[in-house]
Amino acid sequence: MRGLLVLSTVFVAVFGLKAFEGDKVLRILAKNEDQISLLQDLTEMDQLQLDIWKEPTHPTLPVDIHVPFESLQSVKAFLEANEIEHYIMINDLQALIDEERHEMQSTRFIEPRNTDNFDYAQYHTLDEINAFMDMLVAENPNLVTKLRIGSSYEQRPLYVLKFSSGPNRPGFWIDTGIHSREWVTQAAGIWFAKKIVIDYGRNQAFTAILNKMDILLEIVTNPDGYHYTHTTNRMWRKTRKPNPGSSCVGVDPNRNWDAGFGGPGASSNPCMETYRGPSAHSESEVKSIVDYVKSHGNIKGFISIHSYSQMLMYPYGYTKTPVPNQPELHDLARRAIANLASLYGTKYTYGSIITTIYQASGGTIDWTYDQGIKYSYTFELRDTGRYGFLLPANQIIPTAQETWLGLMTIMQHTKDNLY
Amino acid sequence: MHRCVCAALAVLSLVGASPTPGSAPPRSVPWKASRLDKPNEHVIFLQYGETEPALKLKETMPVEELNPTHYPARRAAAVAQHFLNARHGSPYKWFHVEQVQSATLEEIAGVGAKYHVVFSAKEGVCNQSVGLCTADVLFPEAGGDQTAPQVQCSCEGPLAINASAQEEAFYRRLRGSNSPVTGNNIPDSFGFIAPDMKPLWILAGVASSFVMLKESNENTLYNLAQVANVTQLESEDKQLKFQYHVLLHEMVSQEIIHWKLLVTWAPAGGVSVLHPERQPHCHDCVLPPATAPKERSDPE
Repeated sequence: MRGLLVLSTVFVAVFGLKAFEGDKVLRILAKNEDQISLLQDLTEMDQLQLDIWKEPTHPTLPVDIHVPFESLQSVKAFLEANEIEHYIMINDLQALIDEERHEMQSTRFIEPRNTDNFDYAQYHTLDEINAFMDMLVAENPNLVTKLRIGSSYEQRPLYVLKFSSGPNRPGFWIDTGIHSREWVTQAAGIWFAKKIVIDYGRNQAFTAILNKMDILLEIVTNPDGYHYTHTTNRMWRKTRKPNPGSSCVGVDPNRNWDAGFGGPGASSNPCMETYRGPSAHSESEVKSIVDYVKSHGNIKGFISIHSYSQMLMYPYGYTKTPVPNQPELHDLARRAIANLASLYGTKYTYGSIITTIYQASGGTIDWTYDQGIKYSYTFELRDTGRYGFLLPANQIIPTAQETWLGLMTIMQHTKDNLY
Repeated sequence: MHRCVCAALAVLSLVGASPTPGSAPPRSVPWKASRLDKPNEHVIFLQYGETEPALKLKETMPVEELNPTHYPARRAAAVAQHFLNARHGSPYKWFHVEQVQSATLEEIAGVGAKYHVVFSAKEGVCNQSVGLCTADVLFPEAGGDQTAPQVQCSCEGPLAINASAQEEAFYRRLRGSNSPVTGNNIPDSFGFIAPDMKPLWILAGVASSFVMLKESNENTLYNLAQVANVTQLESEDKQLKFQYHVLLHEMVSQEIIHWKLLVTWAPAGGVSVLHPERQPHCHDCVLPPATAPKERSDPE
């Protein structure tokens, strides 16, 4: 079947025709030998130009027929007059061919030579992401630098891409992949990196932003965990640091920050997914960011990206006490979500962490907010549970595109309200 | 891509020659909660319509208006979703909450927390809205005999969406095949599901709803994370029978919880879940793939 489609694709490519537009493939379920006989007669009607995918042989086996658009009425009339059960298996054969062709192109296993060849609509390994970052820097030496802010437990470098159009600028931080199983976030981070270099100098609103603020993007915030999700356990969330006295590994890096640390909303059990760790900032993945933020001293916006649930949230997670500028953050979230939804209609909910999703202590943006970074937000990207962490790769780009609109809203507001 | 034919089927039946007199009308799929005819088996059944007497006895407590975008309302709606799927789901019918419109909470002393939720929902295979659903979800007070929530739920739109042609075809394909179907990691790490496996994934979602419903409380939010493996088993009757190992994601604790389920289904009835077994918490789990059982001998 696949061969047939490839052949058709070649045919179409050579002649530039959309040969199968409007054609359908019907699946026919014959109940008895008489119906099989009728179907055999049908297949012999040459004038219908039917393309038989599964011949009528036996009542228990489906009969699949590719019916050209022109013959649809006649075939349906025949089937219905003879009370032969059937349904449309492929509603638009041309669309399916187009989709398959696209899929085939994107699963080429050729290493990309530059970031224009990179497959943004696929999930990548840590090595591929590292290679991407190096290519991006090489292609845009005046705009992008790669910083190493520290090392993971297993000694993997923690890289941050710094996008800067000039010195001494305030910074806007974005991180993805702090929870390793949330794969759409790292994938979106890669897309954001490319988007930035494309839009600077071409998109007026974005150029104005980057002319005033640097963007600091950490794509793989938890590389040990990410590696582990590729090699061993796709559902791994935490870091990979062993816990003394326990057979259980890892700390939840989003419960390890010094904000409400030790309070309700995190676990004290190393075997749990929300284990806070032995002490605040015990994880090098967290401490590296803490040190960077403190030494930078001029970060004005901070966004930590997760999946899934389709939410945009501001502090706090550890307490119900509202942040002082809650009305401003709430309204900004409302606008960001409206812009996000404008692209594909994706609905997000928004509010403080503790009211919108659950109580969580030791969280990233609670700490950054308390450091004085007024515009601290966390995203939960697609979806709302149907696929969850295993979001199909064909949703990566739409997710990244719509999220970018939300990010733009927040970055713009930050730029216009520097403090 | 999973092609939906439900709407198309409706169109087909309108077009073309009118059926000859005496022909059978299109088959509809009556819902069926579960089989209660084998009391020795550990069948999960749904509590339904039994809450009224208890509620009438208690004093009226103030009813609190809930923010529909905050988590308490959404968790209650998720429970109603599990109820809808357990009741009406099939390998070609899977319901999801779209948006919570409104919700109230009534704490009933000695009984529990009663949520009244209004939410929009959609059937995912045919991408068909079922309009607004109204549900009463009662989470029983801790310490009592009851742990599972009690649910009543009805929706504006039709829940008995006609997917019978696909269900029949799937049923016949699996009944007639000599090699029992098996699958692992559905979806795979990249979110990909082979077209053949899609109904088995949806069936897992529906079957998991029985467990998720029973396990839910005000502090949980469940979704099916992945089907670790599925194996078709021989069946003594006309039902299709599967052994499933599913991974459920609980949002509040962020835990991945493993369950083994025996699931049966046939087009005429609903989904049944037998012998649900929670697997021990496995911190660093690597699951072996399903091994195919020996090939069945041909039926006589």
